[in-house]
Amino acid sequence: MANIISDETIEYVGILAKLELSEEEKEQAKKDMGRMLDYIDKLGGLDTTGVEPMSHVFPIQNVFREDVVTNGDTREQMLSNAPQKKDGMFMVPRTFQ
Amino acid sequence: MRITDMTAVLLAEAIREGKTTAVEATEAMLERIADKDKELNCYVTVDKEGALKQAKQVQEKIEKGELTGSLAGVPVAIKDNLCTEGLLTTCASRILHNFVPAYTAEAVVNLQKAGAVILGKTNMDEFAMGSTTETSAYGVTRNPHNIEHVPGGSSGGSAAAVAAGECFYALGSDTGGSIRQPASYCGAVGMKPTYGTVSRYGLIAYGSSLDQIGPLTKDVRDCATVLEVIASHDDKDSTSLVRQDTDFTKALVEDVRGMRIGIPNDYLGEGLDEEVKTAILQAARVLEEQGAVVERFDLSLVEYAIPAYYTIAAAEASSNLERFDGIKYGYRAEEYTGLHHMYKKSRSEGFGEEVKRRIMLGSFVLSSGYYDAYYLKALRVKALIKKAFDEAFAKYDMILGPVAPTTAPRLGESLADPIKMYLGDIYTIAVNLAGLPGISVPCGQDSKGLPIGMQLIGDCFQEKKLLQAAYTYEQISSRVSDL
Repeated sequence: MANIISDETIEYVGILAKLELSEEEKEQAKKDMGRMLDYIDKLGGLDTTGVEPMSHVFPIQNVFREDVVTNGDTREQMLSNAPQKKDGMFMVPRTFQ
Repeated sequence: MRITDMTAVLLAEAIREGKTTAVEATEAMLERIADKDKELNCYVTVDKEGALKQAKQVQEKIEKGELTGSLAGVPVAIKDNLCTEGLLTTCASRILHNFVPAYTAEAVVNLQKAGAVILGKTNMDEFAMGSTTETSAYGVTRNPHNIEHVPGGSSGGSAAAVAAGECFYALGSDTGGSIRQPASYCGAVGMKPTYGTVSRYGLIAYGSSLDQIGPLTKDVRDCATVLEVIASHDDKDSTSLVRQDTDFTKALVEDVRGMRIGIPNDYLGEGLDEEVKTAILQAARVLEEQGAVVERFDLSLVEYAIPAYYTIAAAEASSNLERFDGIKYGYRAEEYTGLHHMYKKSRSEGFGEEVKRRIMLGSFVLSSGYYDAYYLKALRVKALIKKAFDEAFAKYDMILGPVAPTTAPRLGESLADPIKMYLGDIYTIAVNLAGLPGISVPCGQDSKGLPIGMQLIGDCFQEKKLLQAAYTYEQISSRVSDL
């Protein structure tokens, strides 16, 4: 079945993805996503009743360690890539008045 | 023989014997890059000064006897999604155009401990999303065998650099075929190890449950040697495995007697280029003549691997790429109104088209109301695909098939139709879903002179079987071509 992606869906996904698309990009995204979903719908034809979803191939457990600091102070190095910084902190646009 | 044509292992040997030095090798390689890379664009960054400085230090350690390993002094190229302290790491994206990491990826640290000299960072598809290296924000890389064709991707810069003699070996990463397919297109050897064999610490994540780092090399001996050095358990990557069997060079034995090799009928069907098919079957015959038992069988579920993969990879990508927000590093939009607008504008201007396409799809399949139908469904299909491989490996030591349905396409042919491009991953992608090791070995050329690669796929932890079969094939075919 052909997937028709509505304007609302594209708006909503744009919010989730934190992307601002131009009108042209939105139209393209609607087409692309519809085609991809048509293709992915193929999976629906496969009976997976009783099959557990597999996130990792190996039975991976949580890996715990003691809560002890092992790395040194790398604040300056970490901040060196920040587009804006102030007083040893990342600087963001004003979020409230 | 030009020094730049040597394999990594032979160069290290020559350095140990005092016939040449790490500095001479580095200088020769930098000259070669200056000569060739304007045309091919294998590198995003060439670290001329840094490489020469490292070469001097490494050479001193070799002379003092502090460095004796089989890669000591050999210059290497690193894919630009592996963090290198103090050296620009862009992931071929505008959003990381100025990112200089504060630490080095564990796989690269392992190489440095073994005396590697880092030449620079290789071009790739943006965030490793693509099969042609055409989605890079820093221009396309060209195939050294024919510059009108793509080198494959996403590790296209690494594969092309190895093939063009612009490095002695390279590291790449493989999420759905991104080492094996460009190796095949460029005529190099490329291996994706079992998931968890090489630490992913410092690898800029795309699809974390699928990503694995591996070597791209000139021959199978180099491949085994590099893998032996980069494989390690690492507390900093909680999915990294403790393995005792990482002495991969022990597998460099010319013997395939009694090895059971299965060729999936599903890998020889519609869409496979006739010349590729002929070359693959000829390679299988070579192994059979050496005593391997070769059979055809039905693997099943092959057509479900691509839709399952793109669902899972896009979902993981949408989550992994949330960190690019214009605050901690990388690109920030010039003008915006408030915090949320800044996030959105920085990301929209910083990411390329293919990356945005996958983030959108991933956000959708994870969204409330669609999560079960798409994402969980794909994870269930993944379990079935793994089971199909388990059944195959109960009968066979390895699976043999093509790496890709065709040889390298022409530049500009692939991006117009994303789904068609995704279909090109059909033989490589299931390997990542099932966490298996796979190797691509050159096995001839088509009538246009473009390389063809044979893929060998093993059960988890069976890299040695693959390396042994690949080495045997390579030894025999090199003797044939010497006649």
